[in-house]
Amino acid sequence: MPIPTPFHSRTAALSVSHEWRDWSGYLSVARYAATHDAEYYAVRSGAGLLDVSPLFKYEITGPDAARLVDRIMTRDIAKCAVGQVMYSPWCDEDGQTIDDGTIQRFGPQHFRITAADPSLRWFQDVGYGLNAQIRDLSADLGALALQGPKSREILKQIVTQSDDSLDALKYYYLTPAKIDRIPVTITRTGYTGDLGYEIWVERRYAEKVYDSLYDTGRKYGLMPLGLVALDMLRIEAGLLLIDVDYIAATKADIESQKSTPYEIGLSWAVDLDGADFIGKPALQRELKHGSEWFFCGLEIDWPHLESLFATHNLPPKVLGMASRAAVPVYKDGYQVGQATSITFSPLLKKYIALATLKTQYAAFGDDVHLETTVEFSRQQARACVVKSSFFNPKRKREVLA
Amino acid sequence: MSPSTHYDVILIGGGHNGLVAAAYLAKAGRKVLLLEARSHLGGLAGTEELFPGFHAPVGHADAGLFSPQVIKDLRLESHGLAFHDVPAAVFAPQPDGRALTLWRDPARAKAEIARFSARDAERYPEYLRVTARLAAVLAATAAEIPPNIISPSLNDLFPWARVALKARRLGRADMMDFLRLLPMTAQEWLNEWFESPVVQAALGAHSVTGSMLGPQSSGSAYMLLYQQMGVPNAGYRSARFARGGVGAVIAALTRAAESHGVEILTDTPVARVLLENGRAVGVELADGDLLRAPVIVSNLDPRRTLFGLVGPQQLNPRLMRRVRNIRFKGSTSRLTLALSGLPKFKGAPDGHDHLTGYTLICPSLDYLEKAYDDAKYGRISANPALELHFPSLHDAALAPAGQHLVSITIQFTPYDLKGASWAKEGKRLTDLVIKTLDAYAPGFKSLVKHNHLRTPASLESDFAATEGGIMHGQMALDQWLIGRPVAGFARYATEIPGLFLCGAGTHPGGGLTGLPGRNAARAILKNRRS
Repeated sequence: MPIPTPFHSRTAALSVSHEWRDWSGYLSVARYAATHDAEYYAVRSGAGLLDVSPLFKYEITGPDAARLVDRIMTRDIAKCAVGQVMYSPWCDEDGQTIDDGTIQRFGPQHFRITAADPSLRWFQDVGYGLNAQIRDLSADLGALALQGPKSREILKQIVTQSDDSLDALKYYYLTPAKIDRIPVTITRTGYTGDLGYEIWVERRYAEKVYDSLYDTGRKYGLMPLGLVALDMLRIEAGLLLIDVDYIAATKADIESQKSTPYEIGLSWAVDLDGADFIGKPALQRELKHGSEWFFCGLEIDWPHLESLFATHNLPPKVLGMASRAAVPVYKDGYQVGQATSITFSPLLKKYIALATLKTQYAAFGDDVHLETTVEFSRQQARACVVKSSFFNPKRKREVLA
Repeated sequence: MSPSTHYDVILIGGGHNGLVAAAYLAKAGRKVLLLEARSHLGGLAGTEELFPGFHAPVGHADAGLFSPQVIKDLRLESHGLAFHDVPAAVFAPQPDGRALTLWRDPARAKAEIARFSARDAERYPEYLRVTARLAAVLAATAAEIPPNIISPSLNDLFPWARVALKARRLGRADMMDFLRLLPMTAQEWLNEWFESPVVQAALGAHSVTGSMLGPQSSGSAYMLLYQQMGVPNAGYRSARFARGGVGAVIAALTRAAESHGVEILTDTPVARVLLENGRAVGVELADGDLLRAPVIVSNLDPRRTLFGLVGPQQLNPRLMRRVRNIRFKGSTSRLTLALSGLPKFKGAPDGHDHLTGYTLICPSLDYLEKAYDDAKYGRISANPALELHFPSLHDAALAPAGQHLVSITIQFTPYDLKGASWAKEGKRLTDLVIKTLDAYAPGFKSLVKHNHLRTPASLESDFAATEGGIMHGQMALDQWLIGRPVAGFARYATEIPGLFLCGAGTHPGGGLTGLPGRNAARAILKNRRS
């Protein structure tokens, strides 16, 4: 049975729907009201406040901490400055992706890593023989994502002290700060592809920080955000979800279910020039011989979809939320891959999907077909293969100071 | 040595398997450099002068398991190796003052057994025949490179057809016995044959030698068979003695290796194996010198090699975990005593013939299991099982005239002592052993002139044997054949290209067999394109 997060007293009180999901064993709000539309729009126009405490969090310290993190991650950690945050996948010995997360560098030998799955044993094994300590902070640390165009202004109202002014804090950097005299860490990160921050706080202060953010945020149109709206937002941003868009190597039933970072659109996060990391030789080979799959976005041709429904005298009907049921993608009548996340984007007014296709048979710019059910019959809606970042506003990275 | 010298192979560790592998590789035309950290070759199969004028074996006292194939291939007899027969296999004095001697002559042994059980005496000849047949199958597996079960090739599997043929020749009944016996306990197996606890103990005590197993542990029956793979068998473990002691085996191996051009450097400890792009390319000596060769072979145990010389950080976590999980669990200590004369055991026949094999203090397998019970919980056995060997009876040159040397293998003395440390327990253990022997041989204590104890802790520090495990990894079914040293790397190669293992930690395992060394050399010659 799922257990409450450090913010449960607050999220539970705000949830009118009482619709919960189990996220890594924690109670997470699916949507606060009967529908999630308002939450979705709040993130794109004002701000949303999401409890991300169920993420697994690990602290790595000690004389060999940097070596250990470098050995785990496919990114080159030498390039991660103190105060910087990096996103990176990590792989098994065969270069197959185990998980992905962020690395926060607090000091030359002091890191925090977020993970979707429990990772203590893996990190310890990779670090065997190194002088580094790994502490599981998952239960001790509350985390809130404050996302949306107004998030900076909201934070500026309540942050009393920070090393970096929030105006100057760059995308994927961190700063220690105080909210109501409570020490927190603020990272400029998130899972919505928008301007946004994540606030990391000791469990005992969690509720106070929540109150501060929520009360101030209300004036800026802030709404508490649940997982249903989040799913639409992250698809718009083209961000991967583990166990949906790729299967963790540790959980795959068969070899072919595993994916290398190259196959899930993360080639930019693989640095073969840096220090050795687990899976590097396999990825070097893959780079040389080419990948079997590539990750992309699909933009479904709406008029074509309309015409498929029209044959039944129906208006086009799509789910008002993201679908995580994988469906086949065809090209010239043959299946060339699958779409793993699909949503209608109310903001972009587009029906979009994240897909994995065979490199041998498809490429960016190609026309493909997505299996779509129209009045109980399987149809194929035309779609174009595009880059996965459908929504990528300037404000995401913009620095004011 | 000139640094420009080119070697095909650098071999780390001059134990017997290292010498065997070096000799085979050199015989096949490879230029081999062998590096030994200590001043003497032989490692655990070596001989050392512990007291002035007394030369004692470090570990193995006999060469009964030593592969006849290796002797033949390396022409060790022409390099001075000779064996001599002894009349006794094992002499087992009892607390009640009686004593059983298993003579190598089966008729004589049968008559001895009849003093304890007429029924057992009748069964003994058949027991010898059955165990010899079953041990021969095990010996056939020991002489082959374990198969690659993930992607087998015909070339690799062909030799195993010979093993299968041998197993088929056993006939259905013996074959069933073989398969049934492997995971059995030694005690249950011997219960099926014999009723006298004295006979059972005399035949079964060696099933746990060097292991952290009791005779009631699964897999001890397999070890019982393993110890009988050699010649001659005589029910107790295979034991034949080299003229001049076990040191003569090492001397012959050294001469054989050198005759094929192996260069040997003693007092040359290796600090680490050099890697370049994930490949072993040489070694760094403790004094900082670098030596390069395309093939590096280690006679050290797998963990010492892969963690100590290479470093866990160079291994993939999958292999690292397996190496970390190897069970070593040193359980034996060796007490060597200089004696002013031979002891007189209660119930012993006249003369010294009964002392020419092993002398066993282990009245029953229950006694042995209880000794193991203590060790299971981290204690030295309150009543340890002792196996004595008198090297000076075989070669008078090993001790000053009129004096004698006894090597005592003590079991169980766990590496991991609970609430105690080996630094402090040594004296107590020495006293316990001498006191125990004094009860079986009154006056024993007064014969003792010098004593030297080697504990699992000192075996580890002196011979680089992880946890003092003399087998370089517990001999158990899960660490056997394709699981030795670890699953996936049982074919002498490691995950690191260019780095191979040739020690007792590889198939077929511990004991003075020479087979890991021979198999490793064959695997290297097969794998290398050079």
